[in-house]
Amino acid sequence: MKHVDEYRDGALATTLSALIDAAVSRSWTIMEICGGQTHTIVKSGLESLLPESVTLVHGPGCPVCVTPLEMIDKALHIAALPGVIFTSFGDMLRVPGSSKDLLSLKAAGADVRIVYSPLDALTVAQENPGKKVVFFGVGFETTAPATALAVRRAKESGLNNFFLLSSHVLVPPAMRAILSSPQNRIQAFLAAGHVCTVTGYGEYYSIAERYRVPVVVTGFEPVDILQGIYMAVKQLEQGRHEVENQYRRSVKREGNASARSLLSEVFEPVDRSWRGIGRIPMSGLALRDEFSHLDAERQFEISSLAVEESSLCNAGLVLQGLKKPTECPSFGNACTPERPLGAPMVSSEGACAAYYHYRPGGRAL
Amino acid sequence: MCLAIPGRVIEIERRSLENGEVSLTGKVDFGGIRKSVSLDFVPDAAIEDYVIVHAGVAISKLDVEEAEATLKLFGELEAFERESPRTDPPKD
Repeated sequence: MKHVDEYRDGALATTLSALIDAAVSRSWTIMEICGGQTHTIVKSGLESLLPESVTLVHGPGCPVCVTPLEMIDKALHIAALPGVIFTSFGDMLRVPGSSKDLLSLKAAGADVRIVYSPLDALTVAQENPGKKVVFFGVGFETTAPATALAVRRAKESGLNNFFLLSSHVLVPPAMRAILSSPQNRIQAFLAAGHVCTVTGYGEYYSIAERYRVPVVVTGFEPVDILQGIYMAVKQLEQGRHEVENQYRRSVKREGNASARSLLSEVFEPVDRSWRGIGRIPMSGLALRDEFSHLDAERQFEISSLAVEESSLCNAGLVLQGLKKPTECPSFGNACTPERPLGAPMVSSEGACAAYYHYRPGGRAL
Repeated sequence: MCLAIPGRVIEIERRSLENGEVSLTGKVDFGGIRKSVSLDFVPDAAIEDYVIVHAGVAISKLDVEEAEATLKLFGELEAFERESPRTDPPKD
């Protein structure tokens, strides 16, 4: 496929690997933010192309993984109500709540549907005027514009049976939280290329400056990621801490102006808990008051929920880059993609699922 | 979740909304698979342009000049690497 295959070239990957090797004089630890990048790294075996002194740490950029348990329990509560059609992306259906997941609720008779786009959920609402259609919106700045588009179209067309349960989150506050942690060991970031396609990278300059870390906006194909690592390593070796853009074919400094404008029209930043990490100030997106009639959290009565995490799951440590998935005692035995204890084993972007599927010996542990 | 893939715009449909705004929907070809995609965030996209699509919505128009510049840089890196052979043994 054009504009994809060029960036999967093995010879080029070998060249970049040699350049990285030649550039490195000491140990460096780099975090790739996005779970999509984690999957490319693990699936393509990119770590085997890097010198041992370069360590990649997998970041919290898996929206399904960081959706707080309380939000999943709310989703389960709403999805079980009569007259509700509950919609979300496929990954969300198998994420364990305190006692069950959406898929088991569906098996028990609830009308839970997988959609590819928030706009599809809007179509479901238009086609089912007698039902309340709820879209469970998860995702970073990449996904939030699609949700905002659905919300604004619902408002404009006067649709009164479409609701949003918003669990959208923002990347820069999470980067600051990681860098502020006393346990932080990240020396450079590969920033998430599709998030920056929407937001641009203006906000990253203050992060690079304040924490003195290189930030390289990076794409998703193997060659993109190796080039991003090469750019980050060169900065580290030269003592620079700048914002650079590897993914120039998609990302502009100012991002996508019309998507950003719609995001700020529909959403406002709020404090949000991240599963496994905790509360991060101004890291979530909630609907503005003008859209409150579409806000599932305000329109459905949700009594206080007793929330309970699995004590056997190390997802929090994995999401903060403090543990590799294979260092969790449950990995591959008590916790597998078929019977996940935590979200990182469910999602197609979760680090645990990536290790389980693609790492030699992942299943054997 | 942030997976987004490039596809080629093959049709554009402009629809006027009740509030006077225009909604843009395109048919986009992903290596033979065609899907309907919102082009509302890439109003300057034209037929034959490549757009990067996520969750049914195009989030950018692929910058062909930048893509070519990146590929040209890769070519130069390969040439540079060929011309400066390393002396230490290859890694396995």
